[in-house]
Amino acid sequence: MASGGSDFAGPRLGTSAVKLLIAGGFGVGKTTMVGSVSEIAPLRTEEMISAISDRVDDLTGVENKRTTTVALDFGRITINRSLILYLFGTPGQERFWFMWDELATGALGAVVLADTRRLDNCFAAVDFFERRRIPFVVAINNFFGEQYYTVDQVRDAADLDDDVPVMQCDVRQRESSKRVLEALMQHLIRKTMRAHARR
Amino acid sequence: MNQSWDSWYDDDAGPLVRPFAVTRGRTKASRDDLNMITMLIAAPAEQVSMDPEYTEILRLCQYPMSVAEIGAKLNLPLAVVKILIGDLIEGRYLLFSSPMSTLETNVPDMKLLQAVLDGIRRL
Repeated sequence: MASGGSDFAGPRLGTSAVKLLIAGGFGVGKTTMVGSVSEIAPLRTEEMISAISDRVDDLTGVENKRTTTVALDFGRITINRSLILYLFGTPGQERFWFMWDELATGALGAVVLADTRRLDNCFAAVDFFERRRIPFVVAINNFFGEQYYTVDQVRDAADLDDDVPVMQCDVRQRESSKRVLEALMQHLIRKTMRAHARR
Repeated sequence: MNQSWDSWYDDDAGPLVRPFAVTRGRTKASRDDLNMITMLIAAPAEQVSMDPEYTEILRLCQYPMSVAEIGAKLNLPLAVVKILIGDLIEGRYLLFSSPMSTLETNVPDMKLLQAVLDGIRRL
């Protein structure tokens, strides 16, 4: 396991961690998905970020800067003795998470949960990961047991690249959430193999 | 990790005053190599008397624990726990895992990805 950094003399911790993000609109089931696969009950952590408010001062035209607190829920999966996987559900009700650099930095990949009632709720997340070149899959969460949209309809609506996997799921079911995460990891492995082949 | 913390002065920093009381007013971590998933473990050390937040962090870190978990369990914002954790690392009370090199090159290690996939399948 790679564990770089040389500024710290002395014994080093033999455990490292990776993270995946679960994104999507408010109420789409992000925390439910985290909870369905996590070995601990989802925890909540908070960060204060500096946000540019919408309100523009009429006189000066200077944008009003303020701070806001963004909370996100996360879970933990022990992969093996030296590797921990963290799943972070992005806060859907806050538009500010898009400004939170640390959330995306170092993320292996992301699941974008699409809401069958409000498909457009996932577009912002899709756009975010595309721009940052973070690999993602789209999972259509059928909370109500009914498939309102087909995989192809979602692919068209979100204007997804052909290689982005899209699937149906029910994140209340552990097996279903597992399948989504497996699909994401397989997608990552395929992309990485292609990247290595190009070298 | 190079955010705009620098620009928080005076009134801008208003809502931050209370959480940062435990850091004695410091709003910037002494080190910039800590992130949400940096793993930490308490180093074997003599018991010394310190502020309760430090003691609590060391108690939590008897097993490998991430910065995010410590923040959640102490109910403190990440910016605050990073400062406290930085103090404990400086004092050699905590060991930490540096960021994984794969995350800097942007091309993840195949073995790592396969390990994560296998781990998920075993759930």
